[in-house]
Amino acid sequence: MCLAVPVEVKQVGPNETLPEGRAEVEIDGVTLQVGTALVERVAVGDWVLLHAGYIIEVLSQEKAQDQLSLFKEFYERVGEPHER
Amino acid sequence: MSGRSTKSKIAALLKEMRATTNSPLTFMEVCGTHTMSIARHGIKSLLPPNVKIVSGPGCPVCVTSAGDLERALSLADRPDVVVATFGDMIKVPGRERSLASARNVQVIYSPLDALALAERTPDKQVVLLGIGFETTAPLMAATLLEAKRRELGNLLLLSMHKLVPPALRLLLADPQCGLSGFLLPGHVSAIVGRAYYDFLKPYGVASVIAGFDPLDLMESLYLLVKSAHEGNTTPVNNYPRVVNEGGNTKALALLEQVFQPVDSSWRGIGIIPASGLALTPDFASFDAATRFGLSTEELPEPPGCLCGSILMGKRLPSDCLHFGKRCTPSFPVGPCMVSTEGTCAAWFKYNLGA
Repeated sequence: MCLAVPVEVKQVGPNETLPEGRAEVEIDGVTLQVGTALVERVAVGDWVLLHAGYIIEVLSQEKAQDQLSLFKEFYERVGEPHER
Repeated sequence: MSGRSTKSKIAALLKEMRATTNSPLTFMEVCGTHTMSIARHGIKSLLPPNVKIVSGPGCPVCVTSAGDLERALSLADRPDVVVATFGDMIKVPGRERSLASARNVQVIYSPLDALALAERTPDKQVVLLGIGFETTAPLMAATLLEAKRRELGNLLLLSMHKLVPPALRLLLADPQCGLSGFLLPGHVSAIVGRAYYDFLKPYGVASVIAGFDPLDLMESLYLLVKSAHEGNTTPVNNYPRVVNEGGNTKALALLEQVFQPVDSSWRGIGIIPASGLALTPDFASFDAATRFGLSTEELPEPPGCLCGSILMGKRLPSDCLHFGKRCTPSFPVGPCMVSTEGTCAAWFKYNLGA
């Protein structure tokens, strides 16, 4: 039930179509109004983690890099040939 | 990625796992979404014979007590009420029926749908079923805050929320559990952060926060084997693309503003002190249990159902007399078969007992 999916933010309220505390995101071509109350800041173009209609985290390039670097050394050390 | 295929990475991780130790290790995944991902990707079948994973009490629907379900059912027939719930709860069998057959139930995707419903139907009391752990409770908190700000008097919450740490403590205090470590939930951790689990250190077990794809799971299992072997008891964050050290401070502040810990009954396990969330005095007017004077009676489990022991990782679905016979996803006896994230549902769907 704690399913959360990464989505891209298309609009942030308040504006003509969205009230305060809402953003519009797109999932597989479907647009959805979601709550922004659980994050400090969110901007158009941000990738965010969506859980049951609320943004629970804003994702970033640095965080993605932290993830990749965790096992970088491991995969280099165990050194099997690259497949791609 | 570093240019290496997922398959070869997984092979390398398995090789390192085997090289690290032959000692028997049992880890528990404490998240229903992990349960399903592990089953779907056949992770258990890949692991070395000394490394076992068991499922824990991480499916919110499965741990919702029979008494809480009856309380929700008692509201769902009132003409002045609409019960708004995540779809997972709909099929859970109560004493005589489930929410699916009750009169006034609305399935929602988000608590914000319940807010909109309350606004659209001012003549009804909309009762939101508060199901879920630290991931979901802040959403309810944010929704109630918005209802308060907008002076919406007809949105109520029946809180059945649960907290992860008290269940982990209970498991570790039980000598029968014999766990070497925990695969910690990824999205609970997005809210609470890594440091939340530092309470685990004195128990001498390994723990790793994991993401949900097969590589996330394999890397995290390798880290669990390594931590257990090296005696490292500091919880490791292997999901930094989503989880940070201190968690989502805004969500945690909302949680604290709206909820306070309370003793809570877990299905098949019983009451765990300070393991649930009740509304704080400032939000007491949103409490559906008080508004409708609901009983606090707890109910026994369906006869023969092993959900309680399965949730504690002590028994396997195949140990249950009902499993796959009287109890199937179409006609479930207990909640572990109802929820798509339940251990029994995962075993049934992916034929794990075979």
